[in-house]
Amino acid sequence: MKTITANRLTDGRVVYLTPANSWTESADQAVRLDDAATDAALDTALRDVLTVVGPYLIEIDADADGFSPAGRKHVRETIRMTGPSAGSTKLTSSTGGAHVSV
Amino acid sequence: MYQYDEIDRAVLDARTAEFREQVHARLSGALSEDEFKPLRLMNGVYLQLHAYMLRVAIPYGVLSSEQLRSLAYVARTYDRGYGHFTTRQNIQYNWPALVDIPDALDHLAGVQMHAIQTSGNTIRNTTTDPFAGAAADEIADPRPWCELIRQWSTTHPEFTWLPRKFKIAVTGSPEDRAAIGVHDIGLRLVQNDQGETGFEVHVGGGQGRTPIVAKIIRDFLPQRELLAYLTSILRVYNLAGRRDNLYKARIKILVDAMGPEAFRDAVEAEYEASRGRALTLPVEEIERVSSFFAPPAEGQPLTDIPTGTAFARWRAVNVKPHKVKNRAVVVIPLKAPGATPGDASADQMDLIADLADRFALSEIRVSKEQNLVLPHADKSALGALFRALDEAGLATPNHGRASDIVACPGLDYCNLANARSIPIAQAISTGLHAAGLDEATGDLTIKISGCINACGHHHVANIGLLGVDKAGEEVYQLTLGGVGDGQAAIGKILGPGLSADDAVTAVIACVRVYAEHAQAEESFIQTLNRLGTDPFKEAVYGA
Repeated sequence: MKTITANRLTDGRVVYLTPANSWTESADQAVRLDDAATDAALDTALRDVLTVVGPYLIEIDADADGFSPAGRKHVRETIRMTGPSAGSTKLTSSTGGAHVSV
Repeated sequence: MYQYDEIDRAVLDARTAEFREQVHARLSGALSEDEFKPLRLMNGVYLQLHAYMLRVAIPYGVLSSEQLRSLAYVARTYDRGYGHFTTRQNIQYNWPALVDIPDALDHLAGVQMHAIQTSGNTIRNTTTDPFAGAAADEIADPRPWCELIRQWSTTHPEFTWLPRKFKIAVTGSPEDRAAIGVHDIGLRLVQNDQGETGFEVHVGGGQGRTPIVAKIIRDFLPQRELLAYLTSILRVYNLAGRRDNLYKARIKILVDAMGPEAFRDAVEAEYEASRGRALTLPVEEIERVSSFFAPPAEGQPLTDIPTGTAFARWRAVNVKPHKVKNRAVVVIPLKAPGATPGDASADQMDLIADLADRFALSEIRVSKEQNLVLPHADKSALGALFRALDEAGLATPNHGRASDIVACPGLDYCNLANARSIPIAQAISTGLHAAGLDEATGDLTIKISGCINACGHHHVANIGLLGVDKAGEEVYQLTLGGVGDGQAAIGKILGPGLSADDAVTAVIACVRVYAEHAQAEESFIQTLNRLGTDPFKEAVYGA
């Protein structure tokens, strides 16, 4: 399963495509796409050039409670989704920090 | 410090106005992202994982107190109250909105600062010794030469679209504190047999995917010929450097492919063809620029000596000798136990600016070790400085010691990174502190990069960590024996890659081996050279 993410043009914040083809900072509102639907959804996202920069597909593991990034880029996408795991501005991030094991 | 003239101001005002229009054009759709991206990069604006990142140039790492306060203002107004000082002696803001960046740049322009050429395939901010103009061992002050390079290279039309980015470092002391051996061009101020001062020219050094130590292509270049010779090097590179492969586009690859002798011959031929023309620096211009960097007046002797061992330890580690009587160089490490290397809050920046005004002639430096420096502290104020810095948590006596860790932003912020750097640095720092090893050792550098671009300078760390992506997991390669300053050397991989937790344990184990085996004032490198890698390998990987 996949969803589509991008950075918002005006401020660069991480956003996700919703089922209504709008964009949200809230990952739990992101669209969930099976393989057959990804191409059309990405085409739509790529045309929204005045709202977002560089939309792309990411792999996710989803269930009724939500989803988590999956696949080879899961660490990167988890950090994008939940905020920096470290750094001085982590604490002032709107979403908190990603888990880190060290 | 150098002060802008009318030409500088006009160039900067025009550039900030132009960028404001470019941002507006992107937001309105008049420019596509593909069209806008190279323009924003030329103005230091990246798009990272969570937000835009603005990289502001700090020319050769020199700041006035007024400029530092302006950096604090930008942190407070357009970011989240912090700035991140980098290994290129610049500052990065991790959270500015694109719509706000023109206003931030306008504010910075008011104090003669900008973000021009902090990205792109062009000549980047020239770096130098953070103790320049103050170091007791200095042959000549490198700052006037850095300033001349800045003026020559800023918006230079011929060198705006080089095959790849280009970095120049200058040192004026026999003890190289600018890592000239791992720069595209490294310049060392030297004296010849006639007592004249000139430059030893190193070319083709670098880190990244292919770490190489620069080669000397000229033993002595007369000072007035500096820009003519730099132009010749850049011309050879611009014409012959590879543009077909991003990973082979740096000048180090060209020098290696041609061979240092053939490269030198090509440069010398270009230089001979252009010699004696407009690029030979007029003596009056050298004197004019040098006049901005006059040595400070003598200070007053130290009489206010705080009791206890903390001041003595801080003075022994963080205070360095100055060339002028009763002045001292004070290093302010941004490396308290568990801190994010290079991060400073707006309040800390304001405090350091105030201390610079009160005790250190209003000047601050940024070091490639991601620390701040007061280059001209009055010795009589060392006690007061210590108390103020200690109260603010900025007097950790670890300059050049194990916990003075360098780290790039890594995967927590950077779009290019494969692995995290900051939490590794924090865990090592905390672990060293808990083990009593953070300040107990002698000279030792630990540096961490989150990808092969090596912004954390891991190749030239005594103990280096490189984060890589291995099948979707963060893995760290441990290297030993790298040296950045002086006789540069590239570290060698000690063994198989390590998980994040194991990498932290491994680095602490290596520091422990050093602490247990070091003789007298031995540095880590001296101990490593004497013992070989076996004890370290055993400590990390077992017998």
